[in-house]
Amino acid sequence: MKNVMFKLPTLALAAVLWVAAANAADLINGAGATFPYPLYSKWFSDYQKIDRSIQINYQSIGSGGGIRQLIDRTVDFGASDAPMTDEQIQKAKDPVVHVPMVLGAVVVTYNVPGVKAQLKMTPDIVADLFLGKIQKWDDARITKLNPGVAIPKDHPVMVVHRSDGSGTTAIFSDYLSKVSAEWKEKVGTGTALKWPTGLGAKGNEGVTGTVKSTPGTVGYVEYLFAETNQLSMAELKNASGNFVKPNVKSVSQSAKGSLKQIPEDFRVSITNAQGKESYPISGFTYILVYKTLSADKGKKLVSFLKWAVQDGQKTAETLFYAPLPTELVKKIEKKIADIQFK
Amino acid sequence: MEVSLQPAAHTTGRLRDRLSFRDFGRKWKNRGMRLLLLVMAIAAIAPLLSVFIYVFQQGGSSLNWSFFSEVPVPVGETGGGMLNAWVGTVTIVLMASVVGIPWGIAAGIYLSEYGKGKLGNVLRFATDILTSVPSIIIGLFAYAIIVVPLKRFSAHAGAAALAVIMVPFVTRTTEELLKLVPNHVREAGLALGLPRWKVVLWIVLRGSAGGIMTGVMLAVARVAGETAPLLFTAFGNRFLSLSLDQPMATLPVQIYTYAISPYEEWHRQAWAGAFVLVIFVFTLNLFTRLIMARRR
Amino acid sequence: MSKAVALEVSQTVEAGPVKKRDLHLGDRVFFWILRGVATSVILLLAALTLYLFRLSIPAFQTFGAKFLISLEWNPVSEVFGAGPFIYGTVVSSLLALCISVPVSLGVSLFLNELAPKKLADTMGFLVEMLAAIPSVVYGLWGIFVLAPWLRTTVQPLLGKTFGFIPLFQGPPFGVGMLAAGLVLAIMITPTISAICKEVFRAIPDHQREASLALGATRWEMIHMSVIQTARSGILGAVILGLGRAMGETMAVTMVIGNRAEIDISLFAPAQTMASVIANEYAEASSQIHLSSLAAVGLSLFVVSLLINAMARFVVHRVDSRSAKAAH
Repeated sequence: MKNVMFKLPTLALAAVLWVAAANAADLINGAGATFPYPLYSKWFSDYQKIDRSIQINYQSIGSGGGIRQLIDRTVDFGASDAPMTDEQIQKAKDPVVHVPMVLGAVVVTYNVPGVKAQLKMTPDIVADLFLGKIQKWDDARITKLNPGVAIPKDHPVMVVHRSDGSGTTAIFSDYLSKVSAEWKEKVGTGTALKWPTGLGAKGNEGVTGTVKSTPGTVGYVEYLFAETNQLSMAELKNASGNFVKPNVKSVSQSAKGSLKQIPEDFRVSITNAQGKESYPISGFTYILVYKTLSADKGKKLVSFLKWAVQDGQKTAETLFYAPLPTELVKKIEKKIADIQFK
Repeated sequence: MEVSLQPAAHTTGRLRDRLSFRDFGRKWKNRGMRLLLLVMAIAAIAPLLSVFIYVFQQGGSSLNWSFFSEVPVPVGETGGGMLNAWVGTVTIVLMASVVGIPWGIAAGIYLSEYGKGKLGNVLRFATDILTSVPSIIIGLFAYAIIVVPLKRFSAHAGAAALAVIMVPFVTRTTEELLKLVPNHVREAGLALGLPRWKVVLWIVLRGSAGGIMTGVMLAVARVAGETAPLLFTAFGNRFLSLSLDQPMATLPVQIYTYAISPYEEWHRQAWAGAFVLVIFVFTLNLFTRLIMARRR
Repeated sequence: MSKAVALEVSQTVEAGPVKKRDLHLGDRVFFWILRGVATSVILLLAALTLYLFRLSIPAFQTFGAKFLISLEWNPVSEVFGAGPFIYGTVVSSLLALCISVPVSLGVSLFLNELAPKKLADTMGFLVEMLAAIPSVVYGLWGIFVLAPWLRTTVQPLLGKTFGFIPLFQGPPFGVGMLAAGLVLAIMITPTISAICKEVFRAIPDHQREASLALGATRWEMIHMSVIQTARSGILGAVILGLGRAMGETMAVTMVIGNRAEIDISLFAPAQTMASVIANEYAEASSQIHLSSLAAVGLSLFVVSLLINAMARFVVHRVDSRSAKAAH
């Protein structure tokens, strides 16, 4: 017993030294958006098969976190669905490159007991749901738009939103600000909001989990999360007045519809895009890197980025993300080639 | 019935009636309150049993070999395990122990052997405060002083946060145990001509080693389950990482991430992780109980 | 300096004069090492406090003392106030106490005074093990077992029976203040009951025997000789439980619904000081948001400090009083 007391620390020390001595492959750390996390985790594991010498560790903590940790330089790259604001770029001091990775859609997902069908929703219904103005699922506006759907009587609505800083929130609130004056005035746009109603859950994962497990809830998540968890999604009325289902095609359409407006630094909002088949709430998701990277890790990261915008795009569609338009890929590659090493 | 046995004056009889009525009330109140206490005891045990049953049932059935031997697979695919997380927890807890235990023991020795002065009182006060600081605040602190300046989430930062939690715990246990060693033991050592430091280390400390050990194990059990201080220090890592200056996965953080996710597969693994964690913590607790029982 | 050492030594070792030999180099080194370690622990606490202060200065500069009562927490307009979180922490902890105190008292009295020894030992052991379960495991259980049960059974029932009270109004969704209060109650029950048990055990048997001899029923004995005597000890236990509930982070974050607003209904989601830090600290991107979170942390730090000081004071008073009584 007495000896254990003294042996234990020694043993522990030896173990730690051993652990420290064992050296793994180069670890590249990234953090940020939960929106593309399923795709990224697949990419990183695929890419490791191509280049064995690196491991890319990605933690999905939310876009707000991705931007913040990039600014604090605690990660090698950040990831966000919301482009950085001018203020944030200023805080980062060194120039930051936004590399669009894929396109994703934010869907309005709900868990209404007995309703399997896709509910049709107009922008003002969505806004009023999330403003807390529609409090029952059998609200006249919803039932009128969805005849023949057995919506339960008097069932209360509970909004589920993000509790962390989120690019999904940024895209969604950007859309709502475009379609609802009241939203714009009362709530506004951002990665984190002061929500008029509802409960907060962490990450796309958390919102999906809460909606899935709680009857009566409505939330907004990246398309894949709703799709792979068999959640219902609303058909939304787009800017051209058509009801559009979220899917890879309708998201690609919205990107095509906004190609001309995309600026040099790719910081753009493509919500509420024109076009008959455009799904109205979609956006790019970005990987954020500094323009000047360290030579060792940086080169490997850049070759990954090149791979992702080329070969990686094929995986995107199988995971319900829309691939980047080919016209854009060329521009992005040029941008990646501009990254310097020190 | 008592009344009929005892012939008594009219007034006394009435008093007696009232008394027996009061006794009757007391009896029932007694029964009622005892029943209430029993109900309360059951109410305390019931959620506990529920937690036990779920952790053991859900966790036990979800546990398999790959839980220990594999790292997580990409989202949406089934399989994989928590190799990265349990290795991470073991590493970080070991690192925290290497720093926190000697530090705590030394501070405890100071308190018991030299702690009568002003510094001793301040130190006692400081450890009291440190034990009461919520662990999330320690995480925040470790983020500010380690993660931000070093510009990286790392196992170091996580271990530092856990060590800070351990120190006051170990300090107080050590102090209390060393104080139990009677002064004549020290005097005997000194009388033999041993220098004081040898007396303290070889006689006083060794004599209480068993007891300190139990305190240390309880401290280890406590920090092994900590989540909050690791959220923004050790962060997380999808891979099995053994580099201490890199982010590292830990069991509690991974359980948290998996628990709030929508994936059944992850829920399953979260329960399995909880099962492993609970078993580990219980084993340490049981072990300390055994030691204490033997000492008695 | 050697004088100081000599003083210390002679204080501890009360026997005889100190020999010169005791003060050779080894001892001095040993003493200074220990002294260094002791100082380092104090410095650690000082650094912790200092950092918390420094980090929260911008928030207090911008919002002033109003920060503590302002109910607005708006990351878009960058207006922050800790009101909703202070409310959330206080209400969830008080709710936990309301549930946990009677239960803990009940279980510790039952185990100490009524139950047969074997049963008492096993149950006591089980309850103590509850204290060892990590909080994330309670959170997991809360999400998958407690919240669904509240949603389907408890909340509809409460709503139907006590729906006229604002506390029980609103749609039942499981997660929310009630779930947080319940999880906290379960988590602090072992703490409170363990201390209560110790306090009850310290009451000498002759006191119980005295009241039984006077013809008291069991309950009357418990009431008069145990509860009355142990009142301040119980209070100390309750305050310590409160301290634990207020600092608890993970389990609460997982079931409280994370919403920075005050709602009188217990069914509604809320947020506590600890849970808002866990949720937002790693991702708050503006300086003032970060600083506000640190300021929330500072407030939590101060509150838990006060609560623990209070508990210690109460317990200490009991200790000295019972020590006096024993003499």
